[in-house]
Amino acid sequence: MGEANRSALNEFWVNLKSVPSQIYRAMFRGGAPVSDRTRSSFVFGNVFLHLHSVRTHLWSLRWSATMGLGIITTAAFLITLVTGVLLMFYYKPYPDVAYQSIKDIHFIVPTGRFMRNIHRWAANVMVVAVLLHMARAFYTASYRKPREFNWFIGWGLLVTTLALSFTGYLLPWDQLAYWAITIGANIAQSPREITDAMGITQFFDIGALQREVLLGSDKVGEESLIRFYLLHVMILPIVMAMLMAVHFWRIRKDGGLAKPVDVDARVKADAQEHYPVFTEEPKKTYQLAAVVKGRTPAVGSGPENTVPSMPHLFYAELGVLMFTTLICLVLAFVSDAPLKELANPLVPENPAKAPWYFLGLQEIVSFSAFMGGIGIPMLCWIGLGLIPFLDKETEGTGEWFGGPGGAKLVGWSMIYGFATSIAVEAFAIRFGWLREWFPDIPQLVITLVNPGTVITVLYAGFSIWALKRFNSTRAGALALFTCFLCGFIVLTVIGTYFRGPNWEFFWSPSDWSAH
Amino acid sequence: MTTKPTEKRSRFEPEPMPRRDFLGLAALASMAAAFFVSMFGMLKLPKAAVSASPAKKFSVALPDALPVGEAFVPPGRSVAVFRDGEGVFAISTVCTHLGCIVKPNANGFECPCHGSGFSKDGSVTKGPAPKPLPWLKVSKGGSGFVIDEEATVKTGTKV
Repeated sequence: MGEANRSALNEFWVNLKSVPSQIYRAMFRGGAPVSDRTRSSFVFGNVFLHLHSVRTHLWSLRWSATMGLGIITTAAFLITLVTGVLLMFYYKPYPDVAYQSIKDIHFIVPTGRFMRNIHRWAANVMVVAVLLHMARAFYTASYRKPREFNWFIGWGLLVTTLALSFTGYLLPWDQLAYWAITIGANIAQSPREITDAMGITQFFDIGALQREVLLGSDKVGEESLIRFYLLHVMILPIVMAMLMAVHFWRIRKDGGLAKPVDVDARVKADAQEHYPVFTEEPKKTYQLAAVVKGRTPAVGSGPENTVPSMPHLFYAELGVLMFTTLICLVLAFVSDAPLKELANPLVPENPAKAPWYFLGLQEIVSFSAFMGGIGIPMLCWIGLGLIPFLDKETEGTGEWFGGPGGAKLVGWSMIYGFATSIAVEAFAIRFGWLREWFPDIPQLVITLVNPGTVITVLYAGFSIWALKRFNSTRAGALALFTCFLCGFIVLTVIGTYFRGPNWEFFWSPSDWSAH
Repeated sequence: MTTKPTEKRSRFEPEPMPRRDFLGLAALASMAAAFFVSMFGMLKLPKAAVSASPAKKFSVALPDALPVGEAFVPPGRSVAVFRDGEGVFAISTVCTHLGCIVKPNANGFECPCHGSGFSKDGSVTKGPAPKPLPWLKVSKGGSGFVIDEEATVKTGTKV
C-alpha cells in the first residue's frame, strides 16, 4: 500500500491538487497574518507594503492625527493614473483632432464620459487634499527635525500636482483650454515687465525664452500641445511617482508621524488593551550599528503603545482609499467635465478663466502680470519650502496649532487675513488703482505697488508682530501661513464667483453683460 | 605612510583621504563634468532654431469705403488696420498684458481677459497692461498694403 502511494504518478496528482495553496505559500511566505510575528512578515515580506513600518503608534492611528489626507491624495493620484491611461486609448494630441477625440470619448466610447469625469474630479480632489495635507503638516508642526527634508519633498509634490493639473488643462483643445494656456504661457513671459523697466530686454529676454521653451513656438499651437501632453502623461507622472516613493519612505525613516514628547502617557489608556512585544528599550539597532553613524530614529524608544500595522493601519488606509473612490465616483456621476467650443486663436473666451485653484493667482495677475504670476507666488513657494529651516523650536510638535500663540493666534490671524485681503480687494474694485488716478505713472511703480503686493506686505507685517509678541519663530510662521491661506481663499473665491466679462466685478454671474 | 603612527583612529573614522578615495573622487568629478556637458547639449533641444508658425508678413486689400476711425481686421490675423486723412496704419491687437486679443470699440480697444483698456493710438488707459499696443510696419505692395507683424514702428507712423 505504501509502495503504491509513493509512486510518481500519485505524487504528481497530490502536487497538482495542492498547486493553489503552494502558490499562495510561495507568495506569502510568512503565512496568514494571525500572530504578531506573521503580521510583521506580512509587511516586510511585501514589496508594496514594506514602505510601512510593521508596527504603528496608537497616536498616529487617531483620526485627528492626519485625517487621512495624505492617503486621500495618494488614492486620488492612483485614480487619475488608472483613468488617465484609459483615456490615452482614444486621445490624439493634435490640434482640432484632440478636440474631436475628446468629443468621441464623451459621446461614443463606452464609459468614456464617466472615465473622463472621474479623471477630472480625482484631479480636483487631489489638489484640495494636497493643500489640506500641507496645512495639516504645518499646523501640527510636523515639519521639524528630523522631518525637514520630507517637508521639502512634499513641497515638490505640491508643485508637481499643480503642474500636472495645469498641463492637463490644455489637452481638450477647447476655448477654455486654449486661452487659459495662452495666459499661463504669457505669465511665464512676464519677467519682461521687469527687464523692460530696466531697459535690458533686448540683451536678456528671460521671459520670452521661458515662454518659447514651454510652448515650442511663439503661440499656443501643435508644438505646445505635444509638449503639454508629454509633460502630462510622461515626465510629470514619473517625477511624481519618484517623489512619492521618497516621501513615503522618509516617513518611516524619520520615525513615523510627528508625536508630542509625552505621547506615551497620553495614549496609555488605549494601550492597555494591547500587548507590547517587548518592554525594554533597545539600545541599538543591530544590523545598522556597524555601518551607520548616529542613532536611527527608533533607537532608544521602545515599541510600547504600538499595534501591528496589519490590520490596524492597512484597514484604515483601505477605508480611506474606498472613501476617496466613492467621492470621485459620486462627483463624476452628478457633474460632467466641461468642454466648450473648439479653440479659436482669434477670439478669446470672455471671461477666460484658469482652473479654480489658479483663479486666486489670476486675480492678482489682473493687477500686475509679473508680481501676480511670478513675484508673489515665488515668494510664497520659497517661504513655504524654508519653513522647517527658519522655525527650529520644539514646543508643540505633533499637536494641532502647537507652539506659542496656538489656536488663539491662528484664530486672530484668520480674522486679520480675511479682513485685510477683502478690504484691499474691495478698495481696488470700488476706487480703481494707481493707473486710473495717474494715467502716466511708470509701469515699475504699478509692478511694485498693487493690491497683490499690498496684501503681501500687510501679511508680512502681521507675522513680524506675532513673532515679536510671542517671541517665537513658530508664532510668526503660524500667523503668516494662516494669513496666506486666508488670502488664497479670498482671492480664489473672488476670481471664481465675482469676476465676469473683461474681468469686471459682478455680484452674480446672472448680472454678466451680454457681449 | 602619511598618517602618523601616534594618531589614534577608530576603524569608523579612518585617515582623512587615502589615495584610493582621491582617485575615486577624481573619477566621480570627471563623470559629473561629462554629465553636465551632455545635459547642456540636451537642454538645447527644446528650443528649435526655427519655430513653426505661419508667415508674419501678409498683404491686405482695404475696403474703399473704410470710415475714418473704424478698424479693419484682416481675416485670421490679430491686427487692426485704420485709414485716416494722413494715411494707413496698423495696430497689433495682442494685449501686452497676457496675450489675449483685444477688441476695437468706440474709444479704442478693450481686453476681455483682465480688463485692460487702450486708446485709439494704442496707449494704455486702464488695467494691468504694462505697455501700449505696438504699431506694426505697413508698406505699399501686394494687393494694397503689406503688414509685417514682426516689425514694430513708432506710434504715429502712417503710410
